[in-house]
Amino acid sequence: MKPRDLLPLLLLLGALALTPLFASNLLLNFLVSALIIALGAQGWNLLGGYGGQLSFGHAALFGTGAYATAILQVKFGLNAWLAFACGIALAALAGWIIGYLSFRARLRGSYFALVTLAFAEVLRILANAADFTGGAAGLLIKLQPGLANFQFASRAGYLWAVLACILVVGLMTLWIDRGRFGAQLVAVRENEDAARALGVDVLATKLRAITLSGAITGAAGCLYAQNFLYLDASIAYGTWISVELLIAAIVGGLGTVLGPVIGALALHGLGEVTKGLLGWLTGIDLVLFGIILIAAVAFVPSGLVGALRRLRMRGAAR
Amino acid sequence: MSLLILEALSKRFGGLLAVDNASLVVREGSITGLIGPNGAGKTTLFALASGFLEPSSGHVIFSGEDVTAEEPHLRARRGIARTFQIVQPFQGLTVRENIAVGAYLRHAGRDAALAMAESVAREVGLAPLLDTPAAALTVAGRKRLELARALATQPRLLLLDEVLAGLNPSEVRDILPVLRGIRARGVTILMIEHVMQAVMNLCDHVHVLAQGRMIAEGPPRAVCNDPVVIEAYLGHGAAARIRAEGGAHA
Repeated sequence: MKPRDLLPLLLLLGALALTPLFASNLLLNFLVSALIIALGAQGWNLLGGYGGQLSFGHAALFGTGAYATAILQVKFGLNAWLAFACGIALAALAGWIIGYLSFRARLRGSYFALVTLAFAEVLRILANAADFTGGAAGLLIKLQPGLANFQFASRAGYLWAVLACILVVGLMTLWIDRGRFGAQLVAVRENEDAARALGVDVLATKLRAITLSGAITGAAGCLYAQNFLYLDASIAYGTWISVELLIAAIVGGLGTVLGPVIGALALHGLGEVTKGLLGWLTGIDLVLFGIILIAAVAFVPSGLVGALRRLRMRGAAR
Repeated sequence: MSLLILEALSKRFGGLLAVDNASLVVREGSITGLIGPNGAGKTTLFALASGFLEPSSGHVIFSGEDVTAEEPHLRARRGIARTFQIVQPFQGLTVRENIAVGAYLRHAGRDAALAMAESVAREVGLAPLLDTPAAALTVAGRKRLELARALATQPRLLLLDEVLAGLNPSEVRDILPVLRGIRARGVTILMIEHVMQAVMNLCDHVHVLAQGRMIAEGPPRAVCNDPVVIEAYLGHGAAARIRAEGGAHA
């Protein structure tokens, strides 16, 4: 990895890490929410952007991470950090299981999207019905601020925790992007038969991708649980999360390292502004997200990162 | 020594027997041709040899080992590489990245894989186009790319499915020495080809498939004059008619 490749990622995250010096709590709250989506979208992007397997049910992974952290703390009294690690591992496992069942059945494209949606919905209904998830009443994590409990008195603590995760995942994505696994994953996205002919184990490649994707998106779920200290099925396994993750990744730029982060920040920023301006129209931000998604797919399929790159190249050519 | 043996292969698609008890031997170090009229089952036979299809009966033996039930990516690891008749480039990637996917089979590191990709590109004449998106290549370029990607896996056996189809005569002339060079490096080649100029020029041995069955084999010149082969291409009685006309058109 060359230092030059790292620069945009480090600059962006570094700038965000400095915001607590001047920003209000309101802004920090907004950033934490947006960056949790960014982290989840990084997970989605690994499978969807690099691997071309468009999941419509990443809530299954987000929710598994979130519920696992919460349940392990509330019902089993596990330390929050350990619960965080277990949440990531369980979400990775969930990813592997969903991948094994659907990829082995050779589901692709819209069929894969539909099956992932079904998995997420089944989990949502189960979590809503079961006792140990708190059922419809949800699950409350006890407020005990302190580093040992992975709870922070100030929003800045959460912000830095999310940024640290995004940094780790960003570095990992960059490393994958430059290596054999990334090349094989992209080959699978572009043409499965050609990839197989060149010795790529398509099933194993997809499984690795969805497992990693599960771990990353699961981590976002864990952070969500720690930040809000409350969960119910329609939050953790809700369709909203699947949709937000994929829109952030697509609008930001599929198969790019920075795309999901930039996409999530841009979308959430825009969503907040519209909510502020047109607050009386409930759900107006979702309408806007839909319009933006259509516009992005139609006019800038390479996303914001791709558009920026093109602008820079045009500037350099001049 | 024979590198690839197809033993009494049959492939049935519902009511259609696409390959019917076909056998074939490819000697190590040879360029072997597989010809036959359209719809004879040549590409199906290739799919059986490379693992994209499983035969209804028969065996595929590579380098002395039975690989009949093995997945394509495992056969690629053993050293069988194939190209596709309908070219399958990774559209969104550059030529360099396309070839590198093949090179990653034997090179885990990025630098080694990219170096391999470059050297293969030079060999097949794609060096000036390394940073071109695959989607922007001409037909001839895409055919070369198919060849390059397969070569980058450092195969022992190269299965070429009509790499010359769609090329103009001068492009064909350009690529013949490339294929000879590949063989000279010790890579065995089995090629499906319709361009007879190339078959005559390159192949040591030719097999003829018609309606799923092997109808003839031998040195290219002998095979082309075989009445059975002529009739398979031109219809019943054609061989006799050509003989009657004094072989003027033969």
